[in-house]
Amino acid sequence: MVDTLPGTSSALPALIRFENIYKSFGSQVVLNGVSIAFTEGQTTVVLGPSGTGKSVLLKHIVGLLQPDAGQVYYRDERIDHLSDRDMSPIRKKIGFLFQLSALFDSMTVGDNVAFPLRTHSRLSKADIDDRVAERLAMVGMENSERKMPGELSGGQRKRVALARAIALNPELVLYDEPTTGLDPIRSDVINELILKLHEELKVSAIVVTHDLASAFKVGERMVILMGGGIIADGSADDLRSHRDPRVQQFITGRADEADLRALHRI
Amino acid sequence: MASIKTYDETLPSRPDYVARLGAWAINTNLAMGDMGVFFLSTLYGILRWPGRRTISETLAQMYEMGTKSIPVVMVAGGFIGAVLAVETLPQFREIGLASRVGSVIVISVVKQVGPILTAVMLAGRLGGAMTAELGTMRVTEQIDALRVMGADPIRTLVVPRVLACVIMAPILTLYSDAIGILGGWVVAVQVEGVRNYPFWHYAAQSTDLFTVNVGLVKAFFFGIVISTVACYKGFRCGNGAQGVGRACTEAFVTGFCLILLSNFILALGLNNLYNALYPNQPSVL
Repeated sequence: MVDTLPGTSSALPALIRFENIYKSFGSQVVLNGVSIAFTEGQTTVVLGPSGTGKSVLLKHIVGLLQPDAGQVYYRDERIDHLSDRDMSPIRKKIGFLFQLSALFDSMTVGDNVAFPLRTHSRLSKADIDDRVAERLAMVGMENSERKMPGELSGGQRKRVALARAIALNPELVLYDEPTTGLDPIRSDVINELILKLHEELKVSAIVVTHDLASAFKVGERMVILMGGGIIADGSADDLRSHRDPRVQQFITGRADEADLRALHRI
Repeated sequence: MASIKTYDETLPSRPDYVARLGAWAINTNLAMGDMGVFFLSTLYGILRWPGRRTISETLAQMYEMGTKSIPVVMVAGGFIGAVLAVETLPQFREIGLASRVGSVIVISVVKQVGPILTAVMLAGRLGGAMTAELGTMRVTEQIDALRVMGADPIRTLVVPRVLACVIMAPILTLYSDAIGILGGWVVAVQVEGVRNYPFWHYAAQSTDLFTVNVGLVKAFFFGIVISTVACYKGFRCGNGAQGVGRACTEAFVTGFCLILLSNFILALGLNNLYNALYPNQPSVL
């Protein structure tokens, strides 16, 4: 049973709404009737073990995946059935930080950040250059316009990808595992950046992660996705006092009893 | 004592066969349909007026595919022309027609060897590179990133590559033809002592503009086949390094088979066209 806990800003309008979403890949059911609303102006963290469909949920918002059944709404507009062309105005309002950064290898850092501006805006070259420099400075990567993505470290690539995600002043930024593959110090830099952008740009954010330190640092609202459904939804304190043993096991990071027994038998 | 395998042990039961055959038929049809839709999307992308970014990317691809492929295509073409002379000259000498070897070399090179050799070189050199590049972009979510940023991946990535390959394949074929004929001339005239004038005289007599165009038309279609298959395999490749590697192999094998198949179909079609245009001439194709 979904335990909707107090502490969520239910008075705020819903920016994204999932209604009864089902998604399978072959015989594997990933989302099994998920319904959830993401409120405007809030940073929501979607937690869950690897392979439970967190990224799948995120990709439904930008139309990279379509549900097998159910509806996805952006504000009050249904978007799950839109073509790429019809999704374009929605995508303009959403920034997406990919798990692997997804910087274009053949372009410089400057061209990567300028890409959405050249695709969607009518800004002059000088204005685009100014915006690129400003966004790179916001993520602490000033004067790196001429570098190639291959010359950057993992953390720097994430920061450049973040600069690209916010180039168009989006209403919503989606973070897909923003700290995966980074050491704790660089992870914390990314966490601080998420908080800074939320504060400075007033953007809504959905962060998909299984990094608990990151989740508790940036999340105003926490959702746990497990077994194809949402098993908990609330503030960080609500999750800590949650009654469901699966929630407690996840947030304390304990291995399964069955897994431990199997390990000791080896 | 060795056990004798029964029918039931060695072969799946009949319903398994039927199910497998059905699954194969469905999957093959789905894959062909998917490739067809991919090709039509590319065609639509080409027919829409290409933007400045598409044109500049096409020019960059033309340099990458064309200019950088000239040495390898010329070396291969030169040696094949030379081998043609080495292999055919003794036969012609035996019947006293050594001076006519030029016609065989030119017709073989211009109509078959030039376009096919160039296409195979392109499928190996460019097809693999295109599949690997696009496959890596897919695996590292760069193609998803393009879509999320409102750019059409077909128009951004596929259209410039297909256009560049379609334009450069006939041009490279001309290079291959020229060097192939030169290779044959070096062996026949400079090494084997065939007289220069009859070599070129019979070569020119056996070749007309239609013959040259046959090779170029074939190269045009081979360009479409190589680039479309390579881009398709890159866009649909599986995950990880293994997925990209497998996609590259599939791109070359599928591209090569389609080159041979389209060569046969084009030969038949162009032969009929020649007969319709020049009804009193013997078929040359």
